[in-house]
Formats: sequence, C-alpha cells, structure tokens
Amino acid sequence: MTLNTIWFLLIAVLFIGYFILEGFDFGVGILLPFVGKNDTERRMMINTIGPHWDGNEVWLITAGGAMFAAFPQWYATLFSGFYLVLFLMLIALIIRGVAFEFRSKDENPKWRTFWDWVIFIGSFIPAFLWGVALTNFIRGVPIDANFHFIGNFWNLISGYSLIGGLVSLTGFTLQGAIFLSLKLEEQFAIRINKIARKLWIPNIIAVFLFAIETYFLTDILDRLGVNPGFVPIAAVLSLLTVGWLVYQNYNGWAFFINCLAILFSTTTIFMILYPRVLVSSIDKNLSLTIINSASSPYTLKVMSIIALIFLPFVLGYQIWAYWVFRKRITSNKESLHY
Amino acid sequence: MDELIVSLSRWQFALTTIYHFFFVPLTLGLSVLVAIMETQYVKTGDLIYKNMTKFWGKLFVINFAMGVVTGLVQEFQFGMNWSEYSRYVGDIFGAPLAIEALLAFFLESTFLGIWIFGWDKLSKKMHLISIWLVAFGSSVSAFWILVANSFMQAPMGFVEENGRLVMNDFWALVTNPNVWVQFPHTIFSGFTTGAMFVIGISGYHLYKNQNNEFFTKSFRLASLFGILSILLVILIGHSQGQQMIKTQPMKMASAEALWNSEDPASFSLISIVNEKEKKDIFSFRIPRILSLLSYNQFSGKVEGINQLQDYYAEKYGSGNYIPPISVTYWAFRAMVGSGFLIFFIIALILFFVLRNKDIFKFSWSRFIPFAITLPYIANSSGWILTEMGRQPWVVFGYLKTADAVTPNLTVGMILTSLIGFGLVYTGLMVADIYLLAKFSKGPIFQEEAEESEISYWESEI
Repeated sequence: MTLNTIWFLLIAVLFIGYFILEGFDFGVGILLPFVGKNDTERRMMINTIGPHWDGNEVWLITAGGAMFAAFPQWYATLFSGFYLVLFLMLIALIIRGVAFEFRSKDENPKWRTFWDWVIFIGSFIPAFLWGVALTNFIRGVPIDANFHFIGNFWNLISGYSLIGGLVSLTGFTLQGAIFLSLKLEEQFAIRINKIARKLWIPNIIAVFLFAIETYFLTDILDRLGVNPGFVPIAAVLSLLTVGWLVYQNYNGWAFFINCLAILFSTTTIFMILYPRVLVSSIDKNLSLTIINSASSPYTLKVMSIIALIFLPFVLGYQIWAYWVFRKRITSNKESLHY
Repeated sequence: MDELIVSLSRWQFALTTIYHFFFVPLTLGLSVLVAIMETQYVKTGDLIYKNMTKFWGKLFVINFAMGVVTGLVQEFQFGMNWSEYSRYVGDIFGAPLAIEALLAFFLESTFLGIWIFGWDKLSKKMHLISIWLVAFGSSVSAFWILVANSFMQAPMGFVEENGRLVMNDFWALVTNPNVWVQFPHTIFSGFTTGAMFVIGISGYHLYKNQNNEFFTKSFRLASLFGILSILLVILIGHSQGQQMIKTQPMKMASAEALWNSEDPASFSLISIVNEKEKKDIFSFRIPRILSLLSYNQFSGKVEGINQLQDYYAEKYGSGNYIPPISVTYWAFRAMVGSGFLIFFIIALILFFVLRNKDIFKFSWSRFIPFAITLPYIANSSGWILTEMGRQPWVVFGYLKTADAVTPNLTVGMILTSLIGFGLVYTGLMVADIYLLAKFSKGPIFQEEAEESEISYWESEI
C-alpha cells in the first residue's frame, strides 16, 4: 500500500471518528430545546457531552490539517470551492462552542434560552451541511484542469445534496438521542428512547432515497459494481438493526450498532471516491486524486512517522476521558457544570 | 488578480487573526498560573489555593472557549481565501498545522474537559496533571504554529519543484533560527499577558480592600511570574530584532523609517513620514543606537529602505518591495512602548511586594487594572509588525500576497463572510467581556473544608 493510500485511509478514519463523536454532540444540541423541558434537564443534556465536545471537534481540525499536509490540492480546491458552505459551518461551530461555555454562567432565563437556541442552530447547520458536502464529493463539482473550482455556491445545492444533508441531519440526531438514552438517568432515558424510535424513521427514509439517487447520479456502479460488496450492505443492515434495537430498548447495543452504521456509510462514500478525492463534474479525468493532489513522498513519510508515534497516545487518552465520565448524568445539581 | 479581492481577503484574515490572538496569549499565560496555583494546593493542602485555582480557572475557561472556536477559522481560511498559497506551500505549511492538531489540540481540549468536570472524579494528583497538560498543550500548539509562521518569514528546508515549494528537510523547518526567537518571545508574551491579567483583577479587589488574603496571594504570584516573563520577552525581543536584520532587513528599515543605509545607524525616537514621496516630515533620531540594537556595538551598517528597494527590484524583478511604513513604524513603537511600560509597572509593584509594603494605600494604584490592556496592545501590534513588515510577500522571497489569493472568489462572497464574521465576533466580544467582568468581580467561593465540598461551578447557580 502506498503512502498516498494510507493518508487517504487516515483522513477517512478521521472523518469517521469525527462523525461518530461529534455526531452525537450535534444530536444532543439539536434535541436540546425540544427535549429538555426545564433548565435542569437542559443542563443534564449538555453535561452528557460537556467534557467531550471540544475534543471531538479536534477530530475535524486534525482531518483538515491532515488534508492540508498530505493532499494540499484537495484542501485548497475543497476549501476555496466550498467557500460559503464552510463559512456557514464555521459560524455555526463558533457560536455553538461558545454557547456551551456561556449558557450557564448567568442565571437570567432569557440569557439561557438564548444560548440554548444558539446551541440548536449551531448544531443543526453543520449536521445538515456535512451531508451536503460529502454528497458533492462523490457527485462531482466543476473543477478545471488547473484544479480550480469554477462554479459557485449553487453548484453545491441540488436535490441530491439536500437529501444527503437530510441523511446526516437525521442520522446525527438519532445518534444524539441514542447517546442521551445511555447517558441520562433512567426516567429521562426512557423518554429519550421513545424519541429515538421516532427519529429512526426519517433517517431510514432519507438513507433509502439517498441510496437510490446515488445509483443514478454517481459512478457507484463503475466503482463498486452491481453488487456493492460488504460495506454498503453492512451500512444498511446496521441501520435496520438499530431500529429494532431501539424499539427493544437495548440502548447500549443500539449505540454501538449506530456507530457502525456511521462507520460503514462514511466508508461507502470514501470507497466510491477512491482513488479520487474530489470528482470533477466537467470531466471525470480532471478529478483530484490521491496522486495528483498529494504532497511529496518526503512530506508524506515525515507525517506518517509522526502520526504513527502520536496517534496511539491520542486514542488512549480520549478513550480514558470517556471512561472517567462513564456514569449516567443525574439531576443532582451539584454534579452539573453547564 | 483583482485588487479588491486581495484587500478584502487580507482584511478578513487580519481581523479574524487579531481577534483570535486576543484570546491565545491569555490562554498561554493563565493556564500556567492556574497550574501553579493548583500545584500549591496539592502540595500544601491549603484551601485558599484551591479557591484561587477555581476562581482564576473559571476566567480561564471563558477565555479558552473563545480561543478554540476562533482558531477554527484560522485553519479553514488558508484554503478558503488563500488557495493559491495553500497549493504553493501546502507541502511544507500543512505539516506543522496537522502536527499542531495531533500533538496539541487533542491534548488541550481533552484534558481541559477532564479538568473542568473532573474535580470529584479524579485523584488530586491526576487532576493537577490535567491542568499541566492543558498548559503544556497550549505551548506546544504555539510552537507548531510558529514553525509554520517562521517558514513564511524566513523559508527553510525546501526546494522549488514544478512551480511549488516542496519540503526536503523537516529538521531545518523545526530548527529554523526564526522559530527559536519567535517561539519564546510569543510564549513569554503570553505569560506576561496572564500575569498582567491576574495583577489587574487582583489590584482591583485589593484597592477596594476585598478578600485581602486571596488576592494578595494571587497578586504576589502574578507579579513574580510577570517580571520574569516580561524580562525574557524584552531580552528575546532584542535577539529577534537581530535575527530580523539578517533575514528581513526591509522589515527593520521600515519599522525604523530608515530611508537610506547608515553606518553607524541611528534610532528613530519619533518620525512622521510622507510615504508617497519617501521622506520625513519630521524626524528626531538618536545616532548609533540602531547599530547598537542590531549588532550590540556602536557601529555597523543597517540597510535603508531605498537601497533595499533597489536591491530587491534587481533580484526579484521590478515592483514595490516597501511595506506600509507608518503601520510598521507605529506598530513597532506600540509594541516596544507597551512592553517597557509593563516592565516598569510590574517592577514597581514588585518593589512594594518584596518589601511587604502596601501599594494600595496610594490612590494611583486604582489605575493598575487598566494596565491589563497593555499586553493586548503589545501582542497585537507585534503581530501587525511581523505580518505587515513582510509585505508584499506572504512567503518571503517566494510568493507575493497578491498571488496567493483564491482565484474564484467574488467580492460578494468575501463581503458576506467578512460582515458575517464581523457581526458574530462583535456579539461574542460583548458577551465575553460581560462574563469576564462579572466573574472578575466575584464572588470568591470560599471552600471551608473538604467534607462539605461543593463544586465551585455550581456555587452561584
């Protein structure tokens, strides 16, 4: 396996980690104003992700950095081409992160309600936009022979990419609900489980529509064949299983399998892409690939060594952080930070 | 390339970066101070240190959140507005950014989460280690981003291949002499900022005679920490100037408004210049001092703006190689001026502190809190000098800023993002200052004994 392929895989892994982790962060944020009936409940909900959301977001920062270091042409074309989408995403992530820290630092109910809605908006927008962005990866965007994006904002918005947005939006919301049902005290968790049952339905519908459109609008057939193989099938199967598990109230298993669903479906997107990183809608031959967008072999080698040394530590202490805060959040005010 | 697109992108980068850098230095400094306080607590078991840790820790957390989220913009912006830059130097420049995320951001964010929420979930030692890891992570982050910036100031460790710069020596990138002056200068400026912040807020309370013991301890700790930091800032700043003379003489010439080469060279005490006609309107210079600053001796040639312009025009082709002189000149003075002012203020405070005299019986001591603005002025003007003084280059000698911008941007797109960031940032600044002011004023949580432990965070909710 070449270093180019390894870095493609690593970036895919970073995105998968990001979607799984920040997926439930987003979900919690989206559900916050609707599910939290009073201030205590909302604080409990935020506290489930309190120690983690910032570390989870670093998965995205690292993915961006890895993209810049390993495939600078991909980074340059993607970030400049998706300018307004990323601008919206940034604004959302900024106000959301600040809102977590600010909302409980003043008792005024108006202040708190305001920041709760900021958390909602700041979670809703990225949850939706990630689907839009990834759909455009595989659908293709106007890229010319100099790797320049020559379209505009509206090239990124289509029925297909909006469905893609709904997939990630509903998927992350579901992920958040299942996470909450694991992390909140029993009575509250039961209520959340009922909500998760409802959320599963729009998610599976969106995924179903998205899968059909993918067959018509991308070159998935050339890539993966009529029988797409294990991964995409596993993605669909795990999502179906999640529904059953949620209805049976097996929330631990539901969370595990839903993480797998995110893993398999994100992997499917990256499998359709490979060895390209951004498909050109003008001419498939103009697509950015892991070869023509890559850094020099020397840079890739240096970065590989550094990643190999430090990634295990990062994984180790992040897992440890989840272990430290493994207990369910109770309504005991003394244990609430946010 | 459309000039308006370039200048709007530059404005956006400048505003979002300066804004981001309001929060970073305080994070660098306050994290260490809070870690020292908690160390004292763990060592002595004295609850006053625990209360100090929590009081200053809360202010630290409010500030930290702003630094994190505004930092996201930095990483995205290179690609969004400066895609040609990213293509041209991505092979080199991307590496330190990725390493920064992997080595520093994960560490900072994970352990800050553990620290905030882990008061009653971890042993005292482990909790203490968490805050030290946060502080360490912040400094590691500063190191790698300055490796990246130093490459822009004094490029090293690469070759030019097929119209792009390609890394061929990672070690050279990391050992770039520019890094090793810029990094400590920045770190200790951050420490100074943290110290001044604690001095200022403690001073506010002490002048009003509130919580004497609590704030006296904070005040003393911060002034000791502060004097060491500002001394190092000044000393290293001096070496940095000497480094600048070697790698970017034009930056020094324009920071000194030195039109023509001089040997020995004079230091400008005050110059008001006409940039268009390249002459002084008014200037008062002290002979020989610029040579002294540059070479530690009273002679030695310092190149002037005109000579350097001719030299660069010959070397790189015709064009204007002079940075905006008024900006660099005044930024330099604002930085050095506030730096020395900080030094004198902390030295004066320490003069009283070490002799156990009460500085707060003097009515002028009520102005101490205003000194909090000084490090912010110094930090911002230092970066304005560093970045504006490099113009017209974005990567010195290799890529001009005007050639670095994204080609497919429209004025409408940049205005949208510029106004959007502007509005959101203004709103957040208001909320941030409101909260900082609120929590600076107290209340100070008084923890009586370990048994009745209630986490500070909830005390006033």
